[in-house]
Amino acid sequence: MSRLIITRLLWSIPSLAIVTALTFVLAWLTPGDAARTILGTNTDPAAYEQIRTQLGLDQPLWSQYSTWIGHALQGDLGSSLFTGESVISVLNSRLGVSLTLIVGATILAAVVGVAIGLFGAVRGGAPARAADSAALVGMSVPTFWFGLLLILLFSVKLPWFPATGYVPFGDDPGAWARSIVLPIVALSVGGIATIAKQTRGAVVDAMGQEYVRALRANGLPNGRVIMRHCLKNASVPVVTVVGLVMIGLLGGTILVEQVFALPGLGQLAVSATTQHDLPILVGVVVYYTFIVIGSNLLTDVAYGWLSPRIEES
Amino acid sequence: MTEIIGHEAVPAAPTAAAPAAKRLWRRVLGRPAGALAVAWIALISIGAALATWIAPYGAVEQDLAASFSLPDGAHLLGTDQLGRDVLSRILFGGRVTLVAVVECVAVFVLVGVAVGLVAGYRGGRVDRFIMRCCDIVMAIPVVVTLLVVLAIFSRNETAAMTTFGFLASAGLVRVVRASTMSIRSDDYVQAAVVAGLTPVQVVRRHILPRVTAPVLIQAALLAGSALLVESGLNYLGLGVEPPQPSWGGLVTDASGAINQQPWLLVPSGLVIVLTALAFGIVGDVLRDAVSDRSDLAARSWRQMMTRVRPGSGTADTAPASTSSTPSVLTVSGLRVHAGDTDLVEGIDLQVAAGEIVGVVGESGCGKTMTVLALLRLLPPGVEMSAAAYSIDGDDVLSLSEREMATHRGTAIGYIPQEPVAGLDPAFTIGSQLGELVRHHTEVGRAAAAVRVRELLTMVRLPDPERVMRSYPHQLSGGMAQRVAIARSLAGNPRVLVADEPTTALDVTVQAEILDLLVDLRDRVGMAVIIVTHDWGVVSDVCDRAVVMYAGQTVEEGPVRDLVHHPRHPYTRALLDANPSSAGFRERLRAIPGAVPAPADRPVSCHFAARCTRRQDDCTSRPVLLTIGGHGTAHRCLHPEPIRENADVLAR
Repeated sequence: MSRLIITRLLWSIPSLAIVTALTFVLAWLTPGDAARTILGTNTDPAAYEQIRTQLGLDQPLWSQYSTWIGHALQGDLGSSLFTGESVISVLNSRLGVSLTLIVGATILAAVVGVAIGLFGAVRGGAPARAADSAALVGMSVPTFWFGLLLILLFSVKLPWFPATGYVPFGDDPGAWARSIVLPIVALSVGGIATIAKQTRGAVVDAMGQEYVRALRANGLPNGRVIMRHCLKNASVPVVTVVGLVMIGLLGGTILVEQVFALPGLGQLAVSATTQHDLPILVGVVVYYTFIVIGSNLLTDVAYGWLSPRIEES
Repeated sequence: MTEIIGHEAVPAAPTAAAPAAKRLWRRVLGRPAGALAVAWIALISIGAALATWIAPYGAVEQDLAASFSLPDGAHLLGTDQLGRDVLSRILFGGRVTLVAVVECVAVFVLVGVAVGLVAGYRGGRVDRFIMRCCDIVMAIPVVVTLLVVLAIFSRNETAAMTTFGFLASAGLVRVVRASTMSIRSDDYVQAAVVAGLTPVQVVRRHILPRVTAPVLIQAALLAGSALLVESGLNYLGLGVEPPQPSWGGLVTDASGAINQQPWLLVPSGLVIVLTALAFGIVGDVLRDAVSDRSDLAARSWRQMMTRVRPGSGTADTAPASTSSTPSVLTVSGLRVHAGDTDLVEGIDLQVAAGEIVGVVGESGCGKTMTVLALLRLLPPGVEMSAAAYSIDGDDVLSLSEREMATHRGTAIGYIPQEPVAGLDPAFTIGSQLGELVRHHTEVGRAAAAVRVRELLTMVRLPDPERVMRSYPHQLSGGMAQRVAIARSLAGNPRVLVADEPTTALDVTVQAEILDLLVDLRDRVGMAVIIVTHDWGVVSDVCDRAVVMYAGQTVEEGPVRDLVHHPRHPYTRALLDANPSSAGFRERLRAIPGAVPAPADRPVSCHFAARCTRRQDDCTSRPVLLTIGGHGTAHRCLHPEPIRENADVLAR
């Protein structure tokens, strides 16, 4: 297992290198560099040159990039062009919110999605077709719009949840819970649909296997055959899709944090985009890439646990 | 195809190029959902394209007097805070959005197909390298990367959406590669390569037409996500510069007015939902159109409950069992129905305790259907009926599914044909057997483990501890079949049904397994029904046998009688065709012709078409079972004469 983790981590290096290198090349290609961004309306050439030197922008591209890599390896992702704060510390202060959303929405999507998918597989007929149609709609609903609908219903019309804002868990656990319910629900809707669909298909496939007939024929009750045997055999494709849903949620958090004004990485990324604050953005890319890798890692670990044949190979 | 005509060895390609795509579209439009989805996409595209001419107002035309108006005659979808017409803004905004979607899908398809074809066609190192690159690209978080692009190329949607198409194409590369590889290895493509077609020709003629469907499916699904991402970027205000309209931007405007005019959320959101949904539906319908899922596969657990039709079948009067003990299992007039067709046409069967009965016949005669009906575990959609069916005096036909489940394993047990596939691959042997033991005997975990060890020892597995810790794939076929037998004994069934228990095994293992079954019968005293096509099995272990042909019993009786004095020409032909009865260097006599499909069976003798003893009356009326002496019966108008049969088993 540890070998698997190390391999995964090693494979993350090219992904990170490519994205960050691409960012540097693109930034270098475009007119109007970071120094311009910092100076804003100040057009004094001397000040411009000074800041360029300060930022190392007068260096060749490869040396700028290798300097960045060197610092990154020591846990320094530079500092914000605007506030001058260390990128790492800004990101760390916002990581918790985003992770809460991602993990919460993944769990919600997995639990509800598997339940709906299982129901469809067992029941079949009209309810299953209805669930299929609902899944298709669920996958087509934009997260941000659904979030706004939730606000309209459960904050504006019915004052059950706050429309926006985030309360840290340490301050008030109750208020914390209320502040993340709507965002997590909004975030999970597409995932629920995807997971339900996959679960139903995988369970139906498992039902058709020879061992299902053999188990039933030797007296194992239907409920146990489905809940224990079919479900475990269906779990590998389901876990795969849960992992993909989790990765897909990353984009969703950016929107949901904007809708509900939550101080997470996504909100930071959006403001950094409008401000052309590349060091921050590149930092967010690095963090998100790690979350993707972490999700893939969890999926791999789950495979090994669920399927004895994968564990051996 | 024209180039390779003349090369006789070249098999024909299964589908022609152009009609395949056309047929696909016809199928999509043939489904109401597909037609509606295509119509909506067409409508919104045309509306957006012609916005300049057909939109009732300008994109940014304000009418402050009419701000926040609900839908009315002047503004079909209402107006926003500045009195701008929502419908007009949706139409104008659609231009940006749909163009972005097209750009994204174009890059996705171009890159995905080109790279996927290369990987799949070339294989080897090139393929490995491309796959590694795909892994890397797939680990890149997409939306943040788009933000980076937008931070550098401010408000450049084309840059963002082509980047999205590129990143997403890694998924399409895998799809195209997989289909290319499988098509590339097809006989006719190999033949085309040998015939001298260049790679480009092979790809154009043979591969591209067949990857069209998967590519279209992926493209439709991506179009939906592209739309959602594009409107997301505009919702964040990173795309089109306000006040120019975009669909995402309209949602932003609506969110600002959520307290004053919630209606605004409806049109702005719905246009996105409907369009994304339309792409999704097209993808789904396309997928349905190309998938060839057989109708026999269950779509739900419910369909796996075998329905028992109210009994109406009249039973042939079957001969009484030869043994003096009363029957444990008695079934008469057993029929298996697939719709209006009968797969099994009224079988009578009695098995006494301690008796082993063989059910013999070629494939397609209904042997397996018969035993699955005994378990009430027929394939989905297949139903059964019988005049009477009881095990140990219990009427099996009247049991509910729940009650039947309690009879399975205890009244009647089952050994499947495929030893390894019959075991759940996800659990250890100890776990799945222990579960059954606990269910049947209601003992604790430890006691169940002791019992499992006992069962595994009973089936003569040398190292039960190790077997218990093993997964099915770690066992040989013979070991797996022993485990399957042990499993079938967990509930001490009165009757054991074995469907071709030795067919999938090596010859040496076959003998051991049969030996084991006989031994268990002697020790436990249960009744055994063995389905087989092998006379060797029948003469080795069975007391009696039932010969089935095309859904009917054609002959039955004690094995000695059947083997030495077959009365029905089919039994005779089957014996002659059996390898174990043929002498050294003697030719096997195959039965000419084939078993008729259930729907093609005549009302008269089913075997007549293949029979050497056929006479005119054979094809004129149904043939009934004729009862002979000491438990024999045959269904033939002109049976083989009774004689001392010298040539069958005279070895």
